[in-house]
Amino acid sequence: MNAQEGRDGDDAAEPVARVIPLYDYGSPEPERNPVEHALASGLAFLRRRVAGEYEVDEFGYDPDFTESVLIPLARLLYRHWFRVELHGLDNVPASGSALLAANHSGVLPLDAIMLQVGLHDALDRDIRLLGADLVYQVPFLGHLSRKSGHTLATPPDAARLLEKGELVGVFPEGFKGVGKPFSERYRLARFGRGGFVATALRARVPIVPTAIVGAEEIYPKIGEIRLLARLFGLPYFPVTPTFPWLGPLGVVPLPSKWMIQVGEPIPVDDYDPEQADDPMAVYELTDRVRETVQQMVYDLLLRRGPAF
Amino acid sequence: MSSPRASSAARVVLVTGVSRFLGARVANTLQADPGIDRVIGVDTVPPAHPLGRTEFVRVDIRTSGIAKVIEAAEVDTVVHLNLVTSPSGQRSAMKEINVIGAMQLLAACQRSPHTRKLVVRSSAAVYGSSPRDPAVFTEDTEPVEPPASGYAKDAAEVEGYVRGLQRRRSDLVVSVLRFVNFLGAGVDSPLTRVFRMPAVPTVLGFDPRLQFLHEDDGVEVLRRMTVEDHPGVFNVAGDGVLLLSQCLRRAGRVSVPLPAPAYALVGDTGRRIGTLPGFSAELQRWLTYGRVVDTARLASALSWRPKYDTAAAFAEFAQAHGLGNEIPLALFDTLTAGLPVDGSGTR
Repeated sequence: MNAQEGRDGDDAAEPVARVIPLYDYGSPEPERNPVEHALASGLAFLRRRVAGEYEVDEFGYDPDFTESVLIPLARLLYRHWFRVELHGLDNVPASGSALLAANHSGVLPLDAIMLQVGLHDALDRDIRLLGADLVYQVPFLGHLSRKSGHTLATPPDAARLLEKGELVGVFPEGFKGVGKPFSERYRLARFGRGGFVATALRARVPIVPTAIVGAEEIYPKIGEIRLLARLFGLPYFPVTPTFPWLGPLGVVPLPSKWMIQVGEPIPVDDYDPEQADDPMAVYELTDRVRETVQQMVYDLLLRRGPAF
Repeated sequence: MSSPRASSAARVVLVTGVSRFLGARVANTLQADPGIDRVIGVDTVPPAHPLGRTEFVRVDIRTSGIAKVIEAAEVDTVVHLNLVTSPSGQRSAMKEINVIGAMQLLAACQRSPHTRKLVVRSSAAVYGSSPRDPAVFTEDTEPVEPPASGYAKDAAEVEGYVRGLQRRRSDLVVSVLRFVNFLGAGVDSPLTRVFRMPAVPTVLGFDPRLQFLHEDDGVEVLRRMTVEDHPGVFNVAGDGVLLLSQCLRRAGRVSVPLPAPAYALVGDTGRRIGTLPGFSAELQRWLTYGRVVDTARLASALSWRPKYDTAAAFAEFAQAHGLGNEIPLALFDTLTAGLPVDGSGTR
């Protein structure tokens, strides 16, 4: 476009605007319409799956499957159901490793998936999330989690990912956060035992506080059934205004309005890597991260206004 | 070669389990090395193929006869490969060979003044498989759930005895190699028999990460460990990872997903009747949760990487047994013949 500005006089003789292609096909197939293109790439994907010709990394991350199936599905929720707004993208390093620490809520960890979709679409970075061990014991959930690039929340895995320059996401509240009752919404639970801080100190990567607002309202948990939780080996069996009363319909999340704010990175340069073994230093930094995220959550809540 | 060459002049190598596939190949490779004076192979059954320069001695390593062989031949290097990993007969017999055999052999090594090096074949199965393990095991990772049965438990016990020997004979150079599953044209193991079944039972909702080592690379690692000094514990695996689902698709196998309890039932019944090959408890756990090991320590010690990665080892195995995905792919192409094709999709 810029090159044409100098030739305004010439262009004026030709009133028709230059055609700007909407899709970059990467190959000389200009006559394809988008539907045909989608069909063709879908078939190519299926053929790769039938042949088994795709790569997974040592954590089981399957980028082909994630980008072709999981992200497009989650993107529908992200754009049209939760209408997620993502702020503070400048705070995510464009390359190199960092540890994102976010609040966790919503009974089912949809907030983790929305964060992944948001960062994938906005920055083209795949965040590698750390999940609870329960996830890997449950059929389907465990391997879907691995295929989408997540791994077990354990120091060796986190350290290994950070060493490879990956962007790692952690929810230090864990189940205490996801399973919070609705009455405690937006009040952060304890930040675990600070394992994520120790890992960041050892790996010398910044901690990026991140606040997610909106997930608290998708399944307002007003009670739980302990007997069923124990029976299924789950950390909790939630009761919401719609679940389990409406059966499968109760699993549809309420369409709350979401906002995600990525905060300014907290550098760890002031600390020695050896301080990872100093519990006081770890607790202090953990508290600082938690308070930062808590404050960001309150600010976001004000900005968002009503939940629906 | 810049790599450290063992010093002693007289080189007598003893290879256990020489009548089995890996032992025979290692003995054959070692006898081609002019620096080695004698290669002595021991086993309880005579070798199926001629061993060439290797002297075969029929001795049971569970007896003190092995000590006499080591003493009389002045063996300086013992390569212990006799780890039985396929549950062909009674579990007690397998344990007897794996554990009692290793104890006798290690006792003989401790006694003999000539021994200066021990290379032990162990297995990555010592890490177990559980959903609470880290994604990648390094040599220092403590397993969350140590293996409770089968050859994996035997291997863990043998490693314990080897550590005991090291405490008592600190002058010995001891290399312990934790191999992942071998694959290649010549390998026959419970795993290869699983892959060769026309329909392969899998655990519903689980897709384990697997690693393989090509037989040639395994032999090469054992050769280097024997002729060079690399004390320590090493994971040995081909680079990269394959999911079980990928393996089955690449080999054109049909997978039959069964819920975990049904899978265990099929495996146990099959093993008892003996028609379904080798669905031992540890194989079942491995094919549920998978396992990946880190091989950085081996690569830096040997300055070498396996020639075949996991995918290449599997591809060679599949090709050798005529397994391939041409039929499902041809079917797919026929069904989608009239539809638009993306340039990147076809080969």
